Amino acid sequence: MTLEFAGVSRSVGGKVHIHTTDLTLENGTMNVLLGPTLSGKTSLMRLMAGLDQPTTGRILWNGKDVTGVRVQDRRVAMVYQQFINYPGMSVFDNIASPLRLMGKPKGEIDRAVRETAEMLRLTPMLSRKPLELSGGQQQRCALARALVKGAGLVLLDEPLANLDYKLREELRVEIPRIFEASGAIFVYATTEPEEALLLGGNTAALWEGRVTQFGPTPQVYRLPADATTARVFSDPPMNFLPCRKESHRLTFGDSVHAPTGGTIGDLPDGTYLAGFRANHVTLNRHSGDAVEFRCTVVATEITGSETFVHLVHGADRWVGLVHGVHQLVAGGQTSVWVDPAHVYLFDSAGRLAAPAPYAKAA
Amino acid sequence: MDKTQNNKAWFLVLPVLLLVAFSAVLPLMTVVNYAFNDTFGQNEFFWEGLGWFEEMVTSDRLHDALGRQILFSGIILLIEVPLGIFIALNMPGKGFWGSFCLVLMALPLLIPFNVVGTIWQIFGRVDIGLLGHGLAALGIDYNYTNDPIDAWVTLIVMDVWHWTSLVALLAYAGLQSIPQAYYQAARIDQATRWSVFRYIELPKMKGVLLIAVLLRFMDSFMIYTEPFVLTGGGPGNSTTFLSIDLAKMATGQFDLGPAAAFSLMYFCVILLISWVFYTAMTNLDREENR
Amino acid sequence: MSRITLSNLAHSYLANPKGDDDFALKEMDHVWDDGGAYALLGASGCGKTTLLNIISGLVRPSQGRVLFGDRDVTDAATTERNIAQVFQFPVVYDTMTVRDNLAFPLRNRGMDAAYIAKRVAQIAQMIGMEDILSKKARGLTADAKQKISLGRGMVREDVNAILFDEPLTVIDPHMKWELRTQLKSLHREFGHTMIYVTHDQTEALTFADKVVVMHEGRVVQMGTPEELFETPEHTFVGYFIGSPGMNLFEAEISGSEARLQGVKVALGAAYGPTTGRTQIGIRPEYVTVSDEGMPVTIKRVEDVGRHRILRAELGGQPLNAMLPEGMTIPADGARVAFAPAKINVYANDWRVAPGDVRKGA
Repeated sequence: MTLEFAGVSRSVGGKVHIHTTDLTLENGTMNVLLGPTLSGKTSLMRLMAGLDQPTTGRILWNGKDVTGVRVQDRRVAMVYQQFINYPGMSVFDNIASPLRLMGKPKGEIDRAVRETAEMLRLTPMLSRKPLELSGGQQQRCALARALVKGAGLVLLDEPLANLDYKLREELRVEIPRIFEASGAIFVYATTEPEEALLLGGNTAALWEGRVTQFGPTPQVYRLPADATTARVFSDPPMNFLPCRKESHRLTFGDSVHAPTGGTIGDLPDGTYLAGFRANHVTLNRHSGDAVEFRCTVVATEITGSETFVHLVHGADRWVGLVHGVHQLVAGGQTSVWVDPAHVYLFDSAGRLAAPAPYAKAA
Repeated sequence: MDKTQNNKAWFLVLPVLLLVAFSAVLPLMTVVNYAFNDTFGQNEFFWEGLGWFEEMVTSDRLHDALGRQILFSGIILLIEVPLGIFIALNMPGKGFWGSFCLVLMALPLLIPFNVVGTIWQIFGRVDIGLLGHGLAALGIDYNYTNDPIDAWVTLIVMDVWHWTSLVALLAYAGLQSIPQAYYQAARIDQATRWSVFRYIELPKMKGVLLIAVLLRFMDSFMIYTEPFVLTGGGPGNSTTFLSIDLAKMATGQFDLGPAAAFSLMYFCVILLISWVFYTAMTNLDREENR
Repeated sequence: MSRITLSNLAHSYLANPKGDDDFALKEMDHVWDDGGAYALLGASGCGKTTLLNIISGLVRPSQGRVLFGDRDVTDAATTERNIAQVFQFPVVYDTMTVRDNLAFPLRNRGMDAAYIAKRVAQIAQMIGMEDILSKKARGLTADAKQKISLGRGMVREDVNAILFDEPLTVIDPHMKWELRTQLKSLHREFGHTMIYVTHDQTEALTFADKVVVMHEGRVVQMGTPEELFETPEHTFVGYFIGSPGMNLFEAEISGSEARLQGVKVALGAAYGPTTGRTQIGIRPEYVTVSDEGMPVTIKRVEDVGRHRILRAELGGQPLNAMLPEGMTIPADGARVAFAPAKINVYANDWRVAPGDVRKGA
C-alpha cells in the first residue's frame, strides 16, 4: 500500500496551514515528520487520517482517490501525546476494543490481543486498569490499541513527549522494532532531531506548513536541501556565518580565509551563507586545514563527557559541542576551529550550493 | 474550506425540521396573523396593519410592565451573580463536603417552577407560614399580599433562592479548571486575596460567567410561573411583569390582537439582547486568541 | 540569598509511617551553598517534587528541619520564605501587560513607583523583553511566558532561592537552547541560589554545578556532572546519566582483573575481594572497536548523526558502544575493548573504590 499526496494544500479562513505538498509514503516504511511546534505536523497528520479535507489536491491510497472518504472508512490508527485509554476498562479490554467494534469473533480477538500485548511487553498487566500503570505502560497500551486492528496507516503524534527522558529513550528503541513487526506505514511526528535520527526511516522536514525536504533520514541530515532544513534538523541549531568566494579562496567575515576544495571550487564567485554543526567545532586545531575563529564565550554547559560552548561571533550566536570538560570564562575570548570539510554553503535564496565535503564521503 | 461530500445527509435533518415547523414556526405564524388583524373569533379577520403595534408601543400599561421587568432583572442579576461567585469561591474543593455542597446547591434547581411559587406563597403567609409568622412575631409589619415592597422583596428572595445555585455551579466549574500552580505563584508574589480574584480567578471564570449572566437574564426577563403563583401580579399591578401582563391581556381580557403584537415585540427584544450577548462573547474570544 | 540546610529531613504522606517504604523522602542531610546552581534529577515518583515542595513551603516535612541561612523556616509559610518559583507550565497573569506582570510582586510589597519602574526596566532588559512591555501577556508564546515567570521571580532583590519545576517542558527544542543560556548568564550575573527539578539529564547536567540524583526517595549521589559521568556511585546513576546509559556486566573480580563469563578484562586499579552481586560498569563512550578486543554479536548499528550507536551482545549481556560519525564496522563480527581506567566496580549496586572492601552487606 502507498499513501500519496498529490498537490495537497489546506487553508483555513484564508490562512495557509499546509502549502502545496507532494509526498509518497511507501508500504512498510517509517516516516518522521520533523519540525517545531506549529510547523504543520499535526495538520498534515489530520489530512492523512481524513479528519480534515484538503483545500486543493488529492490523497491516493494505492493509486485510489480517497480524498472524500471518512476517517472511519480508512484503515487508520492514531496515537496522541496524551495517553488516551478507556479508564474504566482493563488493559485487555482496551486493546480489544477496536476489534470488538469491528465485530470480530471472540477467539480471534483473544489471539490478536495477546499477540500485540506480547509485542509491547504488556502481558503481565493485561488485567489491570490503565491508571494503575506507569506513563510508559499507559502509552504502550495506547500503541497496542492502535496496532491491534492491523491498520495500514499508523499515525503517532509526538507519542513520547509526555514521558520521562529515560522512558522515552527506551521506547524510542522499541518503536522501530514494533514497526518492523507490523509492516504498516508509520508516520511519527516529533520536534526533536535526535528522535528522528534514532527512528531512522525517512524524514520530512517541516517549516511553517511546508515540507522543505523528504528523504532517507541520514541523507536529509547530511545533505539538507536548504538552510531551513538544516536549521530544523540540528540540535543544537546549526551555526551560520556569511562568507565570500573569490576564485580559489573563501573569506569568512573580514579576515578568515580558507582554500576552496571539492565541489566548492566550481561555484560561481559571490556571497554565500556558511553553516556547520555544533559537534564539528573544536577548541584546538584538529586538522591542518581547520580555520580559526575568535569568539566571545557566553556560557559553557557540561554534560559529563562533553561541553556545550555558547559563543558569539560577530552578529551570530554559535554553539559548539566539544569533547571533554572545559570551563571557559564567560565574557572572555576564545579561539575555535572548524574544518572546511564540515562546512555547508547555502546560496542567497537559502538553497544548498555545496554540501560539506565530509557528508558526501559519509 | 471543507467541502460537503455527501448531500444525502440533509435528508436526515428533515424529521427535525418538520417537528420544529409544527412546534415553533406554525404557532409563531398564527401569532403574526393575529398581530396584524382584528378578530372576534369565528375565523373572521379584519386587516389592522400596524395598529396594534402603535397601540402597544404607546401604551402606558406596557411601559410600566417593561420598567418593572427591567428593574426586576437588574436587581436579581446584581444579587445573584456576585452571590453565586462568592458561594463558588467558598465551596470546599474535594472530598465528602465538596460533593455534599454540590448536591445541596443543585436541590433548588430541581424543583418545578410552580412548586417554588407555592412553597414561598405558603412560607410567606402571616397566618401559617414560617417566614411570615416569624416576622410578624418579631414585630415586623410584613404582608406580601398587601404591601408592594414586601411583595417585591419576597419575589426577589425567592428568585435568589431558586437560581443563585446555577450561577454558583457554573462559577465553581470555572474555578476548578485553574491549575494549583497559579495559586502557588500568587502566594509567592504575595498577592492579596483580592488580586488573586481579580487577576487569576475572574479572568478564568469570565467565559462561564457570561453564560450565567445570559441565562439568568433571559430567564428572569421571561419570568411567569413563580410570581403568578405567589402574587398573581399584585398587589395592584406592582408585580405584573411583561409575561404576566401579556397573559392577562390575552386570556383574561381576550385582547388577542394587542397581545399578539406585544408578544412579537417581546420576542424581538429577547432576540436582540441574545444577539448582543453572543457578539460580545465571540469578540471576547477573538481578543483572547490574539 | 542564602545557604539552604536540610537537616535530618524525611517525609511521608501517611500519618503513621511504619517502614522505610512508607516514606516518599528518606532521611537526608544536605547543605546547599549560597549562590549554587543545583539540579534535582530523577524519574517520576522519585521524591524530587516532594523535596522541592518542602523547600518552597508547600509541604511540611514529617521529620527534620529546613534552614535558609541560619533561619529555621520549617514552619514558615511560602510567603515568608522569600523564594521565587518557575513552574512546568507558564504561569502568567493573562489580563495584565508584561510590565504589570513584572511589577506585580513589587507592588504587592508596597515598593515605591520609581523603584518599581527602574527595577522592571532592568529585568526586562535582562530577559530581552524591553520592546514588548506594554503587550498583554496572554497572546505571547510559551517561551516568552516562561521568561516572564522567570523575570517575575528575579524582580525582587532579596529572594533566597529560585526554584524551577521542569520549566522547559513546553518549550520547543531550539528555544530550549536560548532559554538555558539565558538562565546560565542570569545565574552568573546575579548569583541567586537556584534549584532546578527535572527528569531530563541533559537539562540537569548542563544547568547545574551540582546535580542531586534521586531514586526511590533517596539521594543516591550528589556531584558535579563530571563526577556523575565518570564515577557513578550507584548503578542507577550509571543507567540514568548518559544516553544510552552505562553498560553493566556481571563479573568476578580478582585484583586488577575482572572475569566476565570466561573473558578477562583488565581494570584500572586493584580491588579487594567483593561480596554480594558484583558488576563492572563501562560507559558506551569508553567502549572502542578494536582488533584485539572481546568478540561481540552485533544486533544493530544506529546512525544518530554526530555518532553511531552499536547495539551488541557480549557473552549474552547487552552492550552499547558509541562510535565516531562515519566509522564502518566489519560485517563479519566485531571485537571491542574497554578503557581500563574508565571501568567502575559495583557490589550490590554501590560503587566499590579501588583497594576497598565495603558495602557488600
